[in-house]
Amino acid sequence: MSFGVPFFPQEASSEAGHVDALFYTLLIFSAVLGLALTGLVVGYAVKYRVGSPADRTGQRSRNIWLETSWTIASLIIAFIFFGWGATLFVRRDHPPADALEITGLGKQWMWEFRQPGGQREINELHVPVGKPVVVSLASQDVIHSFYVPAFRIKQDAVPGRTTHIWFTATEPGRYHLFCAQYCGTQHSEMGGWVTVMAPEQYAAWLNSQGEGETLAASGEKLFRALGCSGCHGASSKVRAPSLDGIFGRPVALDNQQTVTADERYLRDSILNPKKEIAAGYEPVMPSFDGLIDEGELQMLLAYLKSLSPQPTAGAKP
Amino acid sequence: MSNAAMQGTYLGEGSGLRAWLLTTDHKRVAWLYLVSLTAFFFLGGAMAVLMRIELATPAGDLVSDDVYNRLFSLHGIIMVWFFLVPSIPATMGNFLLPLMIGARDLAFPRLNLASWYVFIFGSLFALFAVAAGGVDTGWTFYTPLSTLYANGFVSTAAFGVFIVGFSTIMTGINFIVSVHTLRAPGLTWFRLPIFVWTLYATSLVMVLATPVLAASLILIVLERVFGIGIFNPDLGGDPLLFQHLFWFYSHPAVYIMILPGMGVVSEVLPCFSRRPLFGYKAVAMSSMAIAVFGFLVWGHHMFVSGQSAYAGVVFSFLSFCVAIPSAIKVFNWSLTLRKGEISFETPMLYALFFLALFTFGGLAGLFLAALAVDVHVHDTYFVIAHFHYIMVGGMVTAYMAGLHFWWPKLTGRMYSEIAGRIAATVTFVGFNLTFFPQYVLGFDGMPRRYHTYPPEFQFWNVLSSGGAVVLAIGYLMPLFYLGWSLFRGARAPDNPWNATGLEWQTSSPPPPHNFETMPIVTRPAYAYDMKGLEHERFSPHREEAAR
Repeated sequence: MSFGVPFFPQEASSEAGHVDALFYTLLIFSAVLGLALTGLVVGYAVKYRVGSPADRTGQRSRNIWLETSWTIASLIIAFIFFGWGATLFVRRDHPPADALEITGLGKQWMWEFRQPGGQREINELHVPVGKPVVVSLASQDVIHSFYVPAFRIKQDAVPGRTTHIWFTATEPGRYHLFCAQYCGTQHSEMGGWVTVMAPEQYAAWLNSQGEGETLAASGEKLFRALGCSGCHGASSKVRAPSLDGIFGRPVALDNQQTVTADERYLRDSILNPKKEIAAGYEPVMPSFDGLIDEGELQMLLAYLKSLSPQPTAGAKP
Repeated sequence: MSNAAMQGTYLGEGSGLRAWLLTTDHKRVAWLYLVSLTAFFFLGGAMAVLMRIELATPAGDLVSDDVYNRLFSLHGIIMVWFFLVPSIPATMGNFLLPLMIGARDLAFPRLNLASWYVFIFGSLFALFAVAAGGVDTGWTFYTPLSTLYANGFVSTAAFGVFIVGFSTIMTGINFIVSVHTLRAPGLTWFRLPIFVWTLYATSLVMVLATPVLAASLILIVLERVFGIGIFNPDLGGDPLLFQHLFWFYSHPAVYIMILPGMGVVSEVLPCFSRRPLFGYKAVAMSSMAIAVFGFLVWGHHMFVSGQSAYAGVVFSFLSFCVAIPSAIKVFNWSLTLRKGEISFETPMLYALFFLALFTFGGLAGLFLAALAVDVHVHDTYFVIAHFHYIMVGGMVTAYMAGLHFWWPKLTGRMYSEIAGRIAATVTFVGFNLTFFPQYVLGFDGMPRRYHTYPPEFQFWNVLSSGGAVVLAIGYLMPLFYLGWSLFRGARAPDNPWNATGLEWQTSSPPPPHNFETMPIVTRPAYAYDMKGLEHERFSPHREEAAR
């Protein structure tokens, strides 16, 4: 049995301190209000117990002034906490542009990560201290959730879409990585460690893992092997849209609408190509649904993104 | 109990199985529910105790992971749908609603009996699922785990919950119609006891939300059995659609569960303070506000699910709004005690414990509504603690308050006051010991639904498991002294607490058709400050205090 009694969890990311400031403010507010109400009730219970000599004149069972003021006070306090929480929350959507991009794939019951240089890890994630990191999450099977308590971050990995989470680790060390969304038999075993390292140690660690193929390079090979290049390549006879610079660009569809070619669009176009057809092209592309798994899809997406000159880091779907 | 003293009461109308199973008397239907729900409560509770024993050590050494996952899934399914949702409405609501509005029965007595049979029919599916091998999806049935990957009896359990939903809807319709059409002369809306208001609000939610649950469960069965792509992304479905549908029901459902508890406490606190409820209209209206706002906050279960960040912001805002009517009620209950003549019989103890636990559970809700904090504590033990503070500390404590308050009316018997006070106190201590450590565990980052956990979480888990044993004792005690009172308890007078409310103006237990003469209401609810109620109450405690 562990006799170290933890109460305050470690803070190891740039956001952790901000989240905790709100948490502890809420804690103080709740303790003060909760104990004040308890004190009031206990005080009344003692003072006005049956048979006590307390003065009971001036009884009231309504007081519009009092009732209105506690309603307004509650509203104001609620809106302050709402605004504070929401302000911190919307930052989740805006990762810094220079963030390191790592892909994470959840499957029953492990996490698989790919470093930008292609190094693969299972249930371990190595990141440098002080550098923003975006993890693009996908799931091979059911919903999982990427949760690092010391960073105060959590994001579900949902099958059929890509989600993102970003953080900047501030303290070197090893931190728990959990799956927070119940995912079946070995849910509680699904997790491992996030290792935060000084930048030079991180670089050394990357080297020790071997060069490895980048995700985009694997994607390019797959792009040829699956025959995508046969139609989408520059010298192809079949007319298919060119994919150079596709990521983040607006695409005109044959139904007069225009969509942005984000991860959602690219994913759907591979798995369900008849759903949104680029204007001016025949809907002849076959679906690759069932032919490639989620990991291969991540490779293809990484390759397609690499064709854009300045990929937008962690653009939201 | 079929002795001479029960002649002329609803309990004297035949004691055979047939007389009970074919009754259309709302008071007897309430007993049918009470017996069935008590069985489910202890079944679900036993599962919780097993889970807590498993969690006393970090390793998974008592039960396997699959068994553990089935335990928490079935604990949730049974407690939510086979205890909490019907708990107060189907037992005390059924018994008291007609009495409180001065009616001979509910508007549709046969529909009322039918609702119990539907409940039992649905519960057979759930019990079969338990006996046949269980369900391992969690009570939330999240897709695609539930549709594609879970290997338990998911369809059976989901179908059971689907059927029980119809019983809920039947009860809801019955209550709404009864409140609209069967109120006694002079019983205007703003003279209704708050218990009736909360039953009315809860019934509205039942009737409007339960069909959505039914639809989503049927979609699960369709996808599981026929492979229709609704939630499966490989077939063009969307797993998050299920969460939207599920929480569109299940968030209002927590208000279905808690509102009647608020109603019970609003009856008990004025009675034992000898004061009218403070801010009656605000309490009545805040019940309706909770019922309406409850429909608009479901997305706060999905802040980290991948739903748009702006949806998250809107749902957070609305969730803070729904906190206001709950806060108003807490303030009103507290002020009700002011300048009263307070005594501490068992129902009052439970009601005061409700007030404390509901307050600390509700305040934790602010943490969860605050977006950035929820990101950290979502799906951790913090949520478990919050939910149990409201549902067990709040709702079950209110249920116990109501059961002890109206027990003399239900049975015509008194129970041991000393045993009642001890049980209430043991429950309160055991509850806090069980669930307060879970707030700490959640903030420290322990995810929920974990069969094993890192060793640094053990200290708080041991406290919590120890508390669960105390809590179990607190809940088992009433089984014995109430059971004893049923056969050996002292005869109860018609109005042992000297309470206002029409239900106390008829005999204990009431005659088959509730009132010998049609009551006429001339006073507001909780007229404890008016003349004519000074005669002594039954309580031995009060007599001692008066000496």
